Amino acid sequence: MEFRHTLQSTTYRFESLKELLAKAAPSRSGDALAGVAALTYEERVAAQMALAEVTLKTFINEALVPYEDDEVTRLIIDEHNTSSFALISSLTVGEFRDWLLADTTTTSQLQQIAAGITPEMVAAVSKLMRNQDLISVAKKCEVVTRFRNTLGLKGHFATRLQPNHPTDDLRGIAASMIDGLLYGCGDAVIGINPASDHPATMTSLVNMLDEFRERFAIPTQTCVLCHATTTLDLVNQNTPVDLAFQSIAGTEKANKSFGIDLKLLKEVHEATLSLNRGTAGNNVMYFETGQGSALSANAHHGMDQQTCEARAYAVARKFDPLLVNSVVGFIGPEYLYDGKQITRAALEDLFCAKLLGLPMGVDVCYTNHAEADQDDMDNLVTLLGVAGCNFIMGVPGADDIMLNYQSTSFHDALYLREVLQLKHAPEFGAWLYNQGITDDQGKLLPVSNSHRLLNHIN
Amino acid sequence: MKELSHPEDAAGQWKSLRSFTDARIALGRTGNSVPLKESLHFKLAHAHARDAVYSTLSLSELTKSLTKFNLPITPLQSQINSRQEYLQRPDLGKRLNKSSADQLTSLSSPASDVAIILTDGLSAKAIHDHAFHLLDLLIPQLQSSKLQLAPLTIVEQGRVAIGDEVGFLLQAKLSLILIGERPGLSSPNSLGAYITYHPAIGLTDESRNCVSNIRPEGLSYSVASQKIFYLISESLRRKVAGVHLKDESGLIS
Repeated sequence: MEFRHTLQSTTYRFESLKELLAKAAPSRSGDALAGVAALTYEERVAAQMALAEVTLKTFINEALVPYEDDEVTRLIIDEHNTSSFALISSLTVGEFRDWLLADTTTTSQLQQIAAGITPEMVAAVSKLMRNQDLISVAKKCEVVTRFRNTLGLKGHFATRLQPNHPTDDLRGIAASMIDGLLYGCGDAVIGINPASDHPATMTSLVNMLDEFRERFAIPTQTCVLCHATTTLDLVNQNTPVDLAFQSIAGTEKANKSFGIDLKLLKEVHEATLSLNRGTAGNNVMYFETGQGSALSANAHHGMDQQTCEARAYAVARKFDPLLVNSVVGFIGPEYLYDGKQITRAALEDLFCAKLLGLPMGVDVCYTNHAEADQDDMDNLVTLLGVAGCNFIMGVPGADDIMLNYQSTSFHDALYLREVLQLKHAPEFGAWLYNQGITDDQGKLLPVSNSHRLLNHIN
Repeated sequence: MKELSHPEDAAGQWKSLRSFTDARIALGRTGNSVPLKESLHFKLAHAHARDAVYSTLSLSELTKSLTKFNLPITPLQSQINSRQEYLQRPDLGKRLNKSSADQLTSLSSPASDVAIILTDGLSAKAIHDHAFHLLDLLIPQLQSSKLQLAPLTIVEQGRVAIGDEVGFLLQAKLSLILIGERPGLSSPNSLGAYITYHPAIGLTDESRNCVSNIRPEGLSYSVASQKIFYLISESLRRKVAGVHLKDESGLIS
């Protein structure tokens, strides 16, 4: 289908829905790299004006990647819930934007339509929204998930404690983990990115995390972020796996570049569920995503990177995850050039994922070859806190010494809790209080030299 | 019990955690913020990393040290013309420019087992600091296993995948590319090694095995060299690489 918009004497033509979406996307380096971005400021706004007139129903009828060629497209079409869609099925993309922002549109209505909207509809509407609009609607969404605690409740936010070590040294990891817990971090998950992919190392990391969590009866979950095939082996060997991790993307071909497909995800999901280790609930998957991953695998099919990213959320929601986060600034300046682009992308990712019903967090991060610094991250973390982001990372001093990038620190999380009055996951908050780490308001207390967590290692 | 609101007070038992890791732990706090001294240390580390990103390869210096291995050395260039372009155009950093590709073709190098490629990646400093020391352990081991080595190549402004094109043109069964990794705050000069079986243009990450963080403070030269040797031997023996080949060497990682 062709789309067009006329501004005075110029008529802009867009040959397909895919092209229209790409040209309507706010500017970023990755779309320019892919050759799909608008060529002028005017063309971008013309595309947005044309997109505003497109009906949501169009997205059901025009697949961006053919149904026959891509299992993610098949998943999106086959799982589309027409009764959830009924409430908004008569709207255009522009009207959908206004409806999302309306006072009369409630949190529970947003939850009702989640199964009836597709990633492409959400990507489309986000392109018509300013940062402020994205924040307003994301804040209105509430997505609650459970494993050993309750995540995503309004007024709460959580952190993934990320105690990585460049050689997977168990005591080095334990030291960072204890440090983080003493700052009140770790309610989303205690999750290690292993440096090695050696199966024996994975087993010892999983066991160490589990023994530590058991010993201190911490109401949280642990995860070693290894490849799904490795997790499957671990589960089959009866290793105490809480959560299965996997990086995912929005096309079949991009997922193939990660060495996965939907069948493998189903297998690892079912295997992990069978361990039946959750006490508060049974969300056992942890997914990471990020704009640009499809393009970097040359698997974007001519789509813009934000639309590809939203399609990854269809993959995620199929498996009822506990946690999903975009690793927004990790991929580098060829996809998101500077602090402004990273900020925009993070807000888009949060909005799209939450509207689709996902427990979305953001790894607020940048690399040393991007035009960004701590000030940009301070701004972004504040915006995400306002927007009701489910969780962020907690990395010692914001410096991940294994993955070589900067994320958010334990201190950043303290700052956000203080300025926005955000609470821990309730079960974890109670544990922190019982350990003497926080007072009854969740505020950090001075730590005694003889604290039992410190004695664990010293 | 001491109040931690003063930076000096991150002391005692807590501070002793630092002996177990280089991570920025036991920093103390003033209010909810990092104490100023640490804040400035962080900025300095970021400055070092930024400088590493803009460091460049010295071909004369590298060639001088690599002559020890008695292998032909061929300098090459990717299609990138400037550092700014390198940062925004990974596609051009994955391919040789025409004259470099022609040069390799005209070598009509005899078929070999392993092509070793050095490229700056995001830290030329990493290549300068570590490539020679790693190869000084690895190359003798490969040679004593009777593996045929292709000429050594040094590629300016290269990405990981450029090893595939070089390995292909050199008719090597396997490519090993050493590349400067994305600098971290505590590691402006970390080296990575990527192994591809049957290198060819267009392969993606699932076709490769990676050994990363090679530097004395991270993965030592000797452990890194053993891991790489194991992966190369297994890859050639089993005729696979990437997700189908796991590191089961039993080495302490």
